Amino acid sequence: MHQMQRNKVAWILFFITPGLLVVGTFILLPLFMSLFNSLFSWRQLIRLEFVGLENFRRLLTTFPYQQRFFNALKNNLVWFLSTTLIQNTLGLLFGYLLSRNIPLSQFFKRIFFIPVLFSIVAVGFLWGMYLNPNGLVNNFLKLVGLGFLQRPWLGMEHLATPSIIMVNIWRWVGFPSLVFLAAIDNVPQECLEAAYLEGVSEWKLFWKIIFPLIIPSITIITVLTIIGSLNVFEQIYTMTGLDGAPNYSTDTIGTLFYRTAFGSVDAGSPEIGIGSAIGMVIYLLTFATSLLSIFITRKREVQL
Amino acid sequence: MKKHTLLSLTVVLLAASMLFGAGVQEQKTAEAEKTVLEFWTWRPEDVDFYNAQIAIFEKANPNIKVVQTAHKNTEYNTILAASLSGGAGPDVFQGRAYGGLATFADSGFLEPLESWMPELKNYAPTALLGATSPTDGKIYGSPAVSQTVFMFYNKDIYKELGLTIPKTWNELIANFEAARKAGYTPLANGAKDGWTLETMFGGMAAQFYGGPEFYNDVIAGKKNFQDPAFIRMIEQMKSLTKYMPNMYMGIGYEDMRALFFNEMSPHLIGGSYEAAFFKAQNPGLNFDIFAVPGMRATDPAYVSVYADMNFAMNANSKNKDAAVKFLKHLSSKEFGKAMVTELKMVTSVPGVDASAEPFIARVLELQKNATPFLFLVGFRYQQPTGSSLWQAAAQGVMAGTLTPAQAAKQIQDGIASYYKPFQK
Repeated sequence: MHQMQRNKVAWILFFITPGLLVVGTFILLPLFMSLFNSLFSWRQLIRLEFVGLENFRRLLTTFPYQQRFFNALKNNLVWFLSTTLIQNTLGLLFGYLLSRNIPLSQFFKRIFFIPVLFSIVAVGFLWGMYLNPNGLVNNFLKLVGLGFLQRPWLGMEHLATPSIIMVNIWRWVGFPSLVFLAAIDNVPQECLEAAYLEGVSEWKLFWKIIFPLIIPSITIITVLTIIGSLNVFEQIYTMTGLDGAPNYSTDTIGTLFYRTAFGSVDAGSPEIGIGSAIGMVIYLLTFATSLLSIFITRKREVQL
Repeated sequence: MKKHTLLSLTVVLLAASMLFGAGVQEQKTAEAEKTVLEFWTWRPEDVDFYNAQIAIFEKANPNIKVVQTAHKNTEYNTILAASLSGGAGPDVFQGRAYGGLATFADSGFLEPLESWMPELKNYAPTALLGATSPTDGKIYGSPAVSQTVFMFYNKDIYKELGLTIPKTWNELIANFEAARKAGYTPLANGAKDGWTLETMFGGMAAQFYGGPEFYNDVIAGKKNFQDPAFIRMIEQMKSLTKYMPNMYMGIGYEDMRALFFNEMSPHLIGGSYEAAFFKAQNPGLNFDIFAVPGMRATDPAYVSVYADMNFAMNANSKNKDAAVKFLKHLSSKEFGKAMVTELKMVTSVPGVDASAEPFIARVLELQKNATPFLFLVGFRYQQPTGSSLWQAAAQGVMAGTLTPAQAAKQIQDGIASYYKPFQK
């Protein structure tokens, strides 16, 4: 018995050690390293003395970090709101329609999901070209007689962030669609049949029966949206660049972090202390808002 | 039984790793006779050039082998910083100038070069300024290249339209108008990439803000960026938007260069580093350069000049003697000459005869009215740099979301947050 127990422990260790090592080295260690680094002052790339929360104070209260940080945070909020409102609503709609077996639903299911499989950098690069003044989008508008709508999509302050968000929605909408489809397909058939027998309208059926039963997947999608919106980086990097051009209108805390911590050709010397502080803020925000949204949606869950 | 399986698996793994280890060891001893130098650049487009130079160097120094790695320009600093702070990195590498050099020098990653290379004394002071750390005044790089910003123009289109090099600002505008009537985009510059607006600034701004005198005055804190002349310059720049490409706010660096080398636009404000690229993209392109004129023909037509590249040595290199040999090769007149003739770059190596290369000779001629590239030379040492402030503010002006006066204030406030002479 004892021997078997030991054997079991050995096997478990054998299987989890590689994973634990990877997580420890590439996730936990950097996390604590950046916490550590954020508490020190830096001269260029050299760590100097312990300064406590001074870097956080500078980030949140002094020019220019304060302006840049809250501007970036505002853009992350825009990302979260638009993604939730547009992408997740569309996803829910698509998921519902696909579950109703509309004509060609198998075909649409695959089509919607294909962009999810594309590399985010490739999507950003290609759409960067499509949104060019002489690119696909403007040429298409001209072709269908909407030439007056032609714009330098990524070059205008009020259009750049919405354009990038639209590209990201195009890329990712298939994911919530599929999750919601699976959730709706899991709603017990008896409930739906009973409701039909009672003569419930399709609208009421959705809101009173289906929606409460798919809240767990809505929770998951919302948490993933929060995490995704706080970590927006590649989309900006490939489409408008590290500086969040034009005039910081597409800057997010991801690009701000990268620029501040590592410096860029034009942005100047790296500020590793402040950069690490931004990294910690990103982590704390992600953690806190994810917990909060789980807490809120949990309360609305219905058990059958 | 199960235990045995686990044990034998571990043994196999161990044996495999030892085999691997042995393989690597063997390779190392074979190469031990040759000193291997790692050499990094941010110029993937010049890989062939450096390979040819490395071949010349290796022939003269048969016991040294140089391995070249070229990184993407915009990622170079990050990759280099990460490897150097990890105690690794290349032995010899292309280094940035001014603030970019200070980052690495002040971190102790660069080897001071005066004692290794006494010949650095012969370099021009402006070139050495870009290779000197402002913190300790030591020289950390062998100056390689200076860049100059001016107007490129298409000679064939000028001939076709009967235009001549403008001597006043109004003549330049007349040339733009003529190009527009003929169906060309008068000026190829766009505004999507903020840094290209700093290039545009370098090519046309000094005429209005007053060249080196203004530079010296702002450095000394006697004038600032809210100076009327500076604001007027921003207005002049904004007035050029009607000659820039349709939807210029979406025109990035690649687009604007393509407009010029595909001969769809006769003008581009750009740096001397573009010449070789244009030749490579369109060998039939017949272009030359001029300095953007001031309001009167007697005003000096300034071009902005900056030290752009140094060759530097890793302070933690294990092969410093070999690295110095390679650095000396990269600082030789032969190498300088090759840079001129093959890369069309303006070498900083003193005493190189550039007359064989008319383009470089013309650049040197325009440099008679040189002014320091204001934000890059003077204000790239601390965050927020003058460059990043200018780039963002200029995008606001070009798009019409900031007035020239607001942009000037944004720049002034940003620099004044750390620049002592502005805080008086």
